[in-house]
Amino acid sequence: MTEELFNILKSQFESVEIKEGKNYPEFYIPASELTTFCKFLKDDDRFSFDFLFNLTAVDWIEYFNLVYHLESTKNNKCIVVKSKVEGRDNVSIDTVSMLWPAAEFFEREVFDLFGINFNNHPDMRRLFLEENWNGHPLRKDYIDEINIIER
Amino acid sequence: MGIKIKSMKYEEFQDNETLELLKKTGNNVFLTTVDSIINWGRSNSIWPLTFATSCCGIEMMAAGAPRHDFARFGVEVYRATPRQADVIVVAGTIVHKMAPVLKRLYDQMADPKYVIAMGACAVSGGPFFYNSYSVVRGVDHLIPVDVYIPGCPPRPEALLYGIIQLQRIIKGESLREVRNPDKKFI
Repeated sequence: MTEELFNILKSQFESVEIKEGKNYPEFYIPASELTTFCKFLKDDDRFSFDFLFNLTAVDWIEYFNLVYHLESTKNNKCIVVKSKVEGRDNVSIDTVSMLWPAAEFFEREVFDLFGINFNNHPDMRRLFLEENWNGHPLRKDYIDEINIIER
Repeated sequence: MGIKIKSMKYEEFQDNETLELLKKTGNNVFLTTVDSIINWGRSNSIWPLTFATSCCGIEMMAAGAPRHDFARFGVEVYRATPRQADVIVVAGTIVHKMAPVLKRLYDQMADPKYVIAMGACAVSGGPFFYNSYSVVRGVDHLIPVDVYIPGCPPRPEALLYGIIQLQRIIKGESLREVRNPDKKFI
């Protein structure tokens, strides 16, 4: 992405922080503005990020980072959008599944393994684990004394 | 003897499946003959089940492909149904969610049935032994295993060696001792 496009984003969204990542440019956006930011990235012709190729989360113990990898098949560009959510219990963030339907399953996976709720998600259930599973195994503080052998 | 074989001790040539079989039948020559005919048939037509859960499966496919070609040993056709298969090669990680599926596949196989645990994951959980919430630590927690093949993943030659070992197990079987793998299995 060029400097010019960065400036457009900067002027539209004041709170966005731009960092040069290892592979793709990274955009840090507060959770409250995430959906409007994503909608802008998708619908605006200069960006048109029409493909969400990865959605995951990172547990930093104090907070969770939501990570969205976006690609524009029109402009052949990729970016990363990151958003921070605080807390451990009842963590929630808005869904982006109305923009990219692929997010529906990614978000179910993140909910399954990290326990982050997605508001307005059409079908917020576990994806991989059984319905009666206790806890969310990819959290750093997950304890399972029967199955996990610690080292 | 002028020939030097590095990998195998000379005494081991004295020890072979014919002798094993003879001991097992109590030196009954007639039964040994019947046994050896049955075992010849069984050991040279081990049909595996199409079952692969991860990268070991790729090595298993390579072992079936022309370069290594385990059809030479009679491991001929991959059967897509457990009811026609003789051996299940557990090639890959078994997670807790897969465990009931594997158990059912094993139960559906017709006797005599054999299990090869291929690769570190199937032998012991391998790289997922520590700090994993989902992996079964060794497929022998679920079904009785005949041959273990270590490696991550094992080369096709290792699988071929494992199959030769399995053939040897089969060649040492006798009608006097009906095979019941579940009996030893807790």
